[in-house]
Amino acid sequence: MSSTKPRKSVHLAAHFPGVNNTTVWSDPASKSQIDFESFVHLARTAERGLFDFFFLAEGLRLREHLGRIHDLDVVGRPDTFTVLNALAGVTEKLGLAGTINSTYNEPFELAKQFASLDHLSGGRAAWNVVTSSDAFTGENFRRGGYLEHSDRYRRAAETVEVARALWDSWPADTLVVDRDAGVFAKDIPETRHRGRQFDIAARFVLPPSPQGHPVLLQAGDSDDGREFGAATADAIFTGHGTLEAGRTFYADMKGRLAKYGRGHDELKILPAATFVLGDTAAEAEERARHIRYQQVGPQTAIAFLEQVWGRDLSGYDPDGPLPDVDPSGDVNITRGRVRHAKDPRAVAEAWRAKAEAENLSIRELIIEVTARQQFVGTPAEVAERIDEYVQTDAADGFILVPHLTPGGLDEFVDRVVPELQERGSFRTEYAGDTLRDHLGLRHPHHRTSVHEGARAS
Amino acid sequence: MPDSDFFLAVELAGTGAHPASWRRRDSRAEDLFTARYWVDAITAVEKAGADAVFLPDSFGLQPGGAATAQGRLDAVAIAARAAAATHRIGLLPQAPVTHTEPFHLSKAIASLDFATLGRAGWEVTVSEGAEQAKAFGRKSPQEPAALWHEADEAVEVVTRLWDSWEDDAEIRDLPTGRFIDREKLHYIDYAGDYFSVKGPSITPRSPQGQPIVAVRADEGPSIQVAVRRADLIRIAPPDLDAAHARRAALRSALLSADRDPDAVRVLIDIDVHLAGTAERAYEELAELDRWSASGTAPRSGAPAATGSVLRHIGTGDSLTELLAAVSDSGAADGVVLRPLAVEATLRHLATAPPAPATTLRERLDLPRPPSRYATIQEGTPS
Ligand SMILES: Cc1cc2nc3c(=O)[nH]c(=O)nc-3n(C[C@H](O)[C@H](O)[C@H](O)COP(=O)(O)O)c2cc1C
Repeated sequence: MSSTKPRKSVHLAAHFPGVNNTTVWSDPASKSQIDFESFVHLARTAERGLFDFFFLAEGLRLREHLGRIHDLDVVGRPDTFTVLNALAGVTEKLGLAGTINSTYNEPFELAKQFASLDHLSGGRAAWNVVTSSDAFTGENFRRGGYLEHSDRYRRAAETVEVARALWDSWPADTLVVDRDAGVFAKDIPETRHRGRQFDIAARFVLPPSPQGHPVLLQAGDSDDGREFGAATADAIFTGHGTLEAGRTFYADMKGRLAKYGRGHDELKILPAATFVLGDTAAEAEERARHIRYQQVGPQTAIAFLEQVWGRDLSGYDPDGPLPDVDPSGDVNITRGRVRHAKDPRAVAEAWRAKAEAENLSIRELIIEVTARQQFVGTPAEVAERIDEYVQTDAADGFILVPHLTPGGLDEFVDRVVPELQERGSFRTEYAGDTLRDHLGLRHPHHRTSVHEGARAS
Repeated sequence: MPDSDFFLAVELAGTGAHPASWRRRDSRAEDLFTARYWVDAITAVEKAGADAVFLPDSFGLQPGGAATAQGRLDAVAIAARAAAATHRIGLLPQAPVTHTEPFHLSKAIASLDFATLGRAGWEVTVSEGAEQAKAFGRKSPQEPAALWHEADEAVEVVTRLWDSWEDDAEIRDLPTGRFIDREKLHYIDYAGDYFSVKGPSITPRSPQGQPIVAVRADEGPSIQVAVRRADLIRIAPPDLDAAHARRAALRSALLSADRDPDAVRVLIDIDVHLAGTAERAYEELAELDRWSASGTAPRSGAPAATGSVLRHIGTGDSLTELLAAVSDSGAADGVVLRPLAVEATLRHLATAPPAPATTLRERLDLPRPPSRYATIQEGTPS
């Protein structure tokens, strides 16, 4: 680490464990993923740990596997806005980030919902704009259709453009509340937008919210997605979690900013990250191994294999060798999930070779090839690793994905956060009240951020 | 307050139902877009012993221009924000269905039911007129018959989605590795004139099973939707005789629709303004009327043709007497008080001993319905 470079602050966010096999439901400590209490616990823990924000992912259709609802992972989640607004009542500083699709929502409604969340939380709202959709998800919505990939990002960009225009539409001195003169508000101008996706003319129903614009996150990894993120987002949620891939992605995203007239610090890169702690490195490894076996039970191992093989493999022994039949080429065996393999035959070949070389059973192989644990070690080791990622520009921080609901973050907050603080890489108190303050982002209507401006500490 | 099976609700329309209410010194109009304002108001209503609070909403600005309080927070958001601060009161945000997706609404209200441990409801509304249609730019303004036909379908979709998970669908069965029993999750396969929705919901069945559905039914096609769908029917009659007649008509319509009239509550709107003395209350009302050009509050959601509505101007005590009289008269199963000036009236509402914390359904003495899909046998969907 170069001594001329100022130490970067690590940004941390808490992902509520969701509907995938990372989330271990079979552990006795695993509680409801739907009762409000669970959300309160994780959010308060994150706030106790001085995290930037709490994060909810989204999925608008239940996953299917082999033509039936997938029943092995956690299923069931609540409405994002309802949970975040309710959490605003039991937290004070924590940012509240919701993943909301731009394909099955209308911009006026989203603008109103996010502005409401920002008002009701005192400036803590964030919107993770995703486009992911296909005809499968569309079957739950009246729009009901499939948007081509490029149209999805066109719609996303226009959705954000309209929302921002609406958020900005009340001029600064509109709200008067002059009782004697009998003027509540001056004329609220109509916002007009005519684009390929929307033809809208409306007066917005809310004054500018505390953050001006809720913080915008983006998750989506195609070239279109990256351009949209570089042009629009305040932070990127990414899956590029290894040191190498992280640095490449980081450089790529920051490199795209200049053409949109944006500075290096105006976009934060926040990969998803899992963690396992132990008192010793060996103990952490042992716990990690145990968790991997919980995450990939025998049935889950077969289901993973079926995703690549494209056929029913329920007759195979998860503790036995890989099937000798060839993949069918059908990659739509699992629907409602980000696709596992683009070229199933090549993946099957590679998996077979690996299993033979290392003498792995089906379950052992799946445990190896789907491993996503980045940070395994003692609290000091994990803090060291996280800090290394951030100081060497593989990330600006992480969105942590605990494997347990709702207590999965407790240990991290109790043991890793103090280590990070000791290193001078993490705040010891919140410097401001809004999520923009936490992320060091400037208010959209002002030129200075809290870190550069008068409020810097 | 009247006896316990008489339902008492309060509707919180910004600073008040009177368009000039924000001009009162005590209106807290500056706070209208803060959580504090709404949480204070809703907890005050809860302390008064009311059974529920209604929260109006729309995608349009309030009519009346600069002299009216303009702007509104999302009502479902307000209800959610107040969830943890309240413990007994039912929360009934309005949500229009004309431009929104029933799938989103279904999970929003079900999630409110989870966050409140069973105190959620939904007042179904429609978005009338060109202004709101242009805010979405998706379709032309519709006639009331079409709007309410669409609303009827939307309620069907929402309530099917609420049932799409059976209560015991989550099994966490270790030996088979199954988190859910997928036989207890159901595609709703709805196909109508306005919507086709596959289901099931992404949200499990909520504490009440079916959160409470309210519909305003003064005239026109909304009445049929109320009769087919509502647990609570709101009407705004000019007097108690008219209330009597409408309730009787609604009850026979419910019978004709094969519904139990005793399982539906008819609530009448009463505009109220309270002060320390009746004289003072009248003076304050006169001041509100002087401030506002028209002197009569435009009533959101109610047909303009209704003309006069029930009003009570007086003290907390005289309101208590009025409510007892309404209860005894049998003209209604409950009331929705609409404070003309929220802060003033809340200050003068009597406080009541805390009611037991129950679900909104239990307060209404309505049974928790089983999922419509749960009783299906031999694979014959209804
Ligand atoms: C880290 C990450 C997290 C994502 N989370 C969600 C999510 O919660 N819900 C969702 O619908 N899509 C999610 N997506 C999908 C993206 O929103 C995007 O629409 C999808 O990847 C297709 O766009 P792309 O081709 O640009 O990647 C996520 C993507 C990434 C990379």
